[in-house]
Amino acid sequence: MNLKIPARHLRTIQLGVKSLMLHKMRSVLTMLGIIFGVCSVIAMLAIGEGASYEAQQAIKKLGSANIIIRSVKPPEGNKSGTSMRSSVIEYGLTYADAGRLKTTLPGVRRVLPIRIMVENIRFNRIALQGQIIGTHPLYMEMSGLSLASGRFLTDTDETHQKNVCVLTASFADRLFPYQEPLGESVRVEADYYRVVGLVRETSTMQKRPQSGGPNEGQALDNNLYIPLSTARARFGETLFKRSPGSFSAEKVELHQITVQMTDTDAVESAVPQIETLLTRFHDKKDYEMIVPLQLLRQAEQTKRIFNIVLGSIAAISLIVGGIGIMNIMLATVTERTREIGVRRALGAKKKDIITQFLVETVVLSVGGGLIGVIIGVIVPFIVEATAGMKTIITFSSLVLSFGISGLIGVIFGLYPASRAADLDPIEALRHE
Amino acid sequence: MNPQAIIRLVGIEKTYQLGDVEVRALRGVNLEVQEGSFVAIMGPSGSGKSTMLNLLGCLDRPTRGEYYLGGEDVSKLDDDAISTVRGKRLGFVFQSYNLIHELTVIENIHVPLFYQGKDLSKTYDHCKKLAELVGLGDRLDHRPKQLSGGQQQRVAIARSLVNDPLMILADEPTGNLDSKTGEEILAIFDQLNLDGKTIVLVTHGGEVAERAHRVIHMKDGLVDRDVINSREPVLNS
Repeated sequence: MNLKIPARHLRTIQLGVKSLMLHKMRSVLTMLGIIFGVCSVIAMLAIGEGASYEAQQAIKKLGSANIIIRSVKPPEGNKSGTSMRSSVIEYGLTYADAGRLKTTLPGVRRVLPIRIMVENIRFNRIALQGQIIGTHPLYMEMSGLSLASGRFLTDTDETHQKNVCVLTASFADRLFPYQEPLGESVRVEADYYRVVGLVRETSTMQKRPQSGGPNEGQALDNNLYIPLSTARARFGETLFKRSPGSFSAEKVELHQITVQMTDTDAVESAVPQIETLLTRFHDKKDYEMIVPLQLLRQAEQTKRIFNIVLGSIAAISLIVGGIGIMNIMLATVTERTREIGVRRALGAKKKDIITQFLVETVVLSVGGGLIGVIIGVIVPFIVEATAGMKTIITFSSLVLSFGISGLIGVIFGLYPASRAADLDPIEALRHE
Repeated sequence: MNPQAIIRLVGIEKTYQLGDVEVRALRGVNLEVQEGSFVAIMGPSGSGKSTMLNLLGCLDRPTRGEYYLGGEDVSKLDDDAISTVRGKRLGFVFQSYNLIHELTVIENIHVPLFYQGKDLSKTYDHCKKLAELVGLGDRLDHRPKQLSGGQQQRVAIARSLVNDPLMILADEPTGNLDSKTGEEILAIFDQLNLDGKTIVLVTHGGEVAERAHRVIHMKDGLVDRDVINSREPVLNS
């Protein structure tokens, strides 16, 4: 007996498929709703997942235990000499800030000061504009750089204010089209710096110009790293900006201070402490704080909202698909009233009729779900190939959408099926 | 109280509620049909003939009274049980054949067994034998639409026999057929009856009723006349 039941149900499914095949066009049209629903769920989730993954990776690269403080040019008040032809604006983070942060902030692990200057960098007859980043040897580790060749800056370079530099590998390719860069010297203004190493940036985020930052509009990775002490000695604190008709100078000691906490738990409490510490020594708000951990949380929050919105859209489209199926099944029940009567006369119980129609609906919705899954898996690949967006198809989105489509079949199939089963056999037999 | 009675109706009443009006379709019918008999039920429309057929076919339940089918009271069974009774003990032949379009001849014949949980692969030979019996052994994989009316009715007869029923209920089986084809169909019934099948046939055509041993005339929800035909010499002799 146990062996008979599956065979019989197999037969019911077979019959269901058969009767759906009688109306191929109708069945396909009915399935479309589910196909689109499932396909859009998977595709949208894959794109959303990919986008948020990229964002999260980028933020994680900044370091979730890090707090990044940047110098920001304060809004220009009356005293700043817009009327004058030249002026020196003094703002931003100072070496003293870095020192204070390191000594007074509880839970701080490392403090990394950074200076950024945009200059022409020359080798032989090639001159390229790039950012000169004056920093400590810690930079490589804390910013996720990887060494391509040679070495990075060392403490010795720092203490001796050595005229050495490290280039990003791609920048080196442009600057040294024909030579091996290691050992050569590049010229910035009047000074020469010996190239001791090449690095590769691993994060995509860092390649992006920081809007409003000193490197805005620059080639993304024309970076030259030199010891901070060297930068201070060679460039001084005052940076000159020339533009047609005006000349301005800014005095900025440090462009960025990256504070690394011992662990991520310390970040939350450190933020207000840094704020207090800095406001005490800064009259104006000439800095901004970037907390990757908070960004990460925001990104996660955004993703949650995104998923809820997507989920709602998906749910709606699947329900619409389900209603489409129900509609067709109700029509089918009416159309096949006579057949139902005959089957009842020949010994079919109510539950046999319910099974028959339910199976047809489930075949429709699961079939649609299956096609939807296939298309839904293909679409992200196309998007990735054409739009260059990263997509991640999660297994759970496949299971979820497929499961829901099956569930929709059962839910929206129950009513037509029970209507069919509740038909009076006599009436049904008489139906034209 | 014949122990051989396949059908025994005791005081069967059937009342329908049509709006405010109560229609008494059957008003206390008592009837016995012996095993192996060929009974025709006749009567004008509104006589309760169709109600009778529905009750005998277990498609409907009487308002009052008892219906013993093969000795068992089936007048108070629930829907599932009565469905099983239909599937196991009754064979139906309808005026409009009522085959299922998407199924082949052999599959149509198999339907009652399907609802008894019997696989076609295990009962294929049995179904095929019945198809051969009604002369359609070479059409097993045809669809109803590819068959003539007479052929479809033959399939329906084969289907009504597949569960080896206590009786075959035929509702105007020749109503949609021309007289020649109708003759052929009736000849099959004759043969089945000769082989011992109980046949109950509802008709309003006198010549069809003449084939039966016994003609029950219905009128106003009661049995009006119950005539025993002298058994005529069988056609195929």
